[in-house]
Amino acid sequence: MAFVVRKRREPLPWWGSCLVFLGAVAVALAVGGALLSFQGKPAWRGMGILLGSPVGSVWALEDCVLKAIPLFLCALGVGLSFRMAVWNIGAEGQFALGAVGATGVALTWGATLPAWVLLPLMAIAAMVAGGLWAMIAAALRVWCGANETIVTLMLNYIGILVLEFLVFGPWKDPASFGFPMTAEFAPAALVPALPGTRIHWGVVLCLVVGVLLSWVLRASRAGFEIAVCGQNPAAARYARIPYAAWVAVVLVAGGALAGLAGFLEVSAALGRLQPSIMTGYGYTAIVVAWLSGLRSGSVAVVALFLAALRVGLESLQLDLQVPAAFGTMVEGTMLLMVLVGGFWTRYQIVRRQA
Amino acid sequence: MRARWMMVLAMLLWTTGAWAKDFQVGFVYVSPVGDAGYSYAHDQGRKAVEAMEGVTTSFVESVPEGQDAERVITTMARKGYDMIFSTSFGYMDPTLKVAKQFPDVKFLHCSGYKTAPNMANYFGRMYQARYLTGMVAGAMTKSNLLGYVAAFPIPEVIRGINAFALGAQAMNPKAEVRVVWTKTWYDPAREKEAAKSLLDAGCDVIAQHQDSPAPQEAAQERGVYSVGYNSDMAKFAPKAHLTAAVWNWAPFYTEMVRQAQAGTWKADSYWWGMDKGVVDIAPFGPMVPEEVRAKVQAAKEAIGKGENPVFVGPIADQKGVERVPAGKALSDAELLSMNWFVRGVVGTLE
Repeated sequence: MAFVVRKRREPLPWWGSCLVFLGAVAVALAVGGALLSFQGKPAWRGMGILLGSPVGSVWALEDCVLKAIPLFLCALGVGLSFRMAVWNIGAEGQFALGAVGATGVALTWGATLPAWVLLPLMAIAAMVAGGLWAMIAAALRVWCGANETIVTLMLNYIGILVLEFLVFGPWKDPASFGFPMTAEFAPAALVPALPGTRIHWGVVLCLVVGVLLSWVLRASRAGFEIAVCGQNPAAARYARIPYAAWVAVVLVAGGALAGLAGFLEVSAALGRLQPSIMTGYGYTAIVVAWLSGLRSGSVAVVALFLAALRVGLESLQLDLQVPAAFGTMVEGTMLLMVLVGGFWTRYQIVRRQA
Repeated sequence: MRARWMMVLAMLLWTTGAWAKDFQVGFVYVSPVGDAGYSYAHDQGRKAVEAMEGVTTSFVESVPEGQDAERVITTMARKGYDMIFSTSFGYMDPTLKVAKQFPDVKFLHCSGYKTAPNMANYFGRMYQARYLTGMVAGAMTKSNLLGYVAAFPIPEVIRGINAFALGAQAMNPKAEVRVVWTKTWYDPAREKEAAKSLLDAGCDVIAQHQDSPAPQEAAQERGVYSVGYNSDMAKFAPKAHLTAAVWNWAPFYTEMVRQAQAGTWKADSYWWGMDKGVVDIAPFGPMVPEEVRAKVQAAKEAIGKGENPVFVGPIADQKGVERVPAGKALSDAELLSMNWFVRGVVGTLE
């Protein structure tokens, strides 16, 4: 009676993947519950709060969506280049530059232009700024053969420094008592909320971008060429697919998407640029992209899942007074378990045949 | 019939239960509470509130400034908290936003400048304690070079550095303060690196405006002295720790909650000092000689009585230009927007 692990012959049906995912979450919750009772806290109640509070009320759901929006856009961009095995981990810096681009427009024309001109202009400026930032990495990769992983990572630090330079220096609000932040944006520069909710119009933008990108990747020639480049660069070149051009396109498009997230965050969430806008969405986006198997629909699900986890963990902190580090541990366990679960969607245990 | 009685009883219990509901106070911290530092000091104050009759408290730690802070503060307000303290500068706009949506909840924001009908701001005159710790450092240095590991070039931090320098110069006119910016409130590794660079430059007392005790440890490893901040950091570097400029939020927090319970609370700007015990210095290390202790003690009493406003002329800036004429003291507005270094501070404001 010996068992071996081997690759599944038939791919797991969709409900099988769902079961594996739920199993992974259940295991992570069990670990979280054990950790809670280890601290002398009520484990069942804790897990109830963790699962219940993000979906228990309209406002908690709104919180989840709001938190998921920047994650979703950054992860779409990161995932796009991952499809081509181009490792863009620079969403954080591109996000910063997007916020900077949008802020530049808001500070220059905020008082003069109406919202319907100003907001699209801010969005375009953010996408151009984020895209150009990624273009640096693309150019170095295509012309100099520089490793895009290192370059995009390094550009994150520089991008954040650019943002800090501006808010500590030329853009600092003279009325802020020397604190590093720009003046508050004019009302026209704030992305409004959907009527009757706290969720801003960015969610509609996410929907449009998600559907569009999904269509491009699935049904267009561009999507096909990107897929070929990702799976076999040599074959792509043999088929005269412009590999280098596609590398640049996915990097720049990813930068533009992260920039768009930066625009929404600075306008809808903060209403002014300040260093605290950088909370690591760009890095979490890498996790989201990876967990979602690079599909747009799944990116949305995973982004919402992680956002809900954060909201639930905050409630857990508030109601049971567990330390913040506990939240990080549960998040880490959850991600680890889902990744392990991903393994079992591709492999299975069978009895060794004689 | 019986069921109806049960219902009445349940209603009665429910209403009296609601009547006797504890006054709920929430705290939002920017860093982990841990066992020393800025959020730890606030949490000590929270514990004093928790000990009050008819009050329960709760807190959320490590809350990033920005959208996340807004969400946490909103959650507290929705869950029926009566009074919410948000304890970091970056929580100012989010607190104001939430305060407008929940006019019946009382908000208090630490270290900012905005108020609303139901939102007060508060801070403490930490510069008074900084001055005293500067006196100790100035008396203990042999190289006349004092190192200062500082977070961000904002008025609060600049004010502290200036007060520290003025205190040091009061004991030792040759004392010079070297400043290094870390651009982070809490990052033990970066704080330690910054302290080491100051030690390499010849500084023999390390002071800090940071949340971790890492600079203290760096000083002890080199066998020189250090001055802590936020809370008594002696246990992290017993051989180096001269004293520390410490927060003591208990008197302020309990007073605010008491006023709220009595219905007399007002959304003011509170800037309490040494006279009310909100700021203080930690007990001296054994290496501080008796005569230094006596001088610092005398200065502490003078500050407490309002006889020494710390920033009193003549004060010159780095270039030697007189900023405060002899006999005049800086106003609160000038202190709150301070963006220049006094003479004897070596460093830039960037």
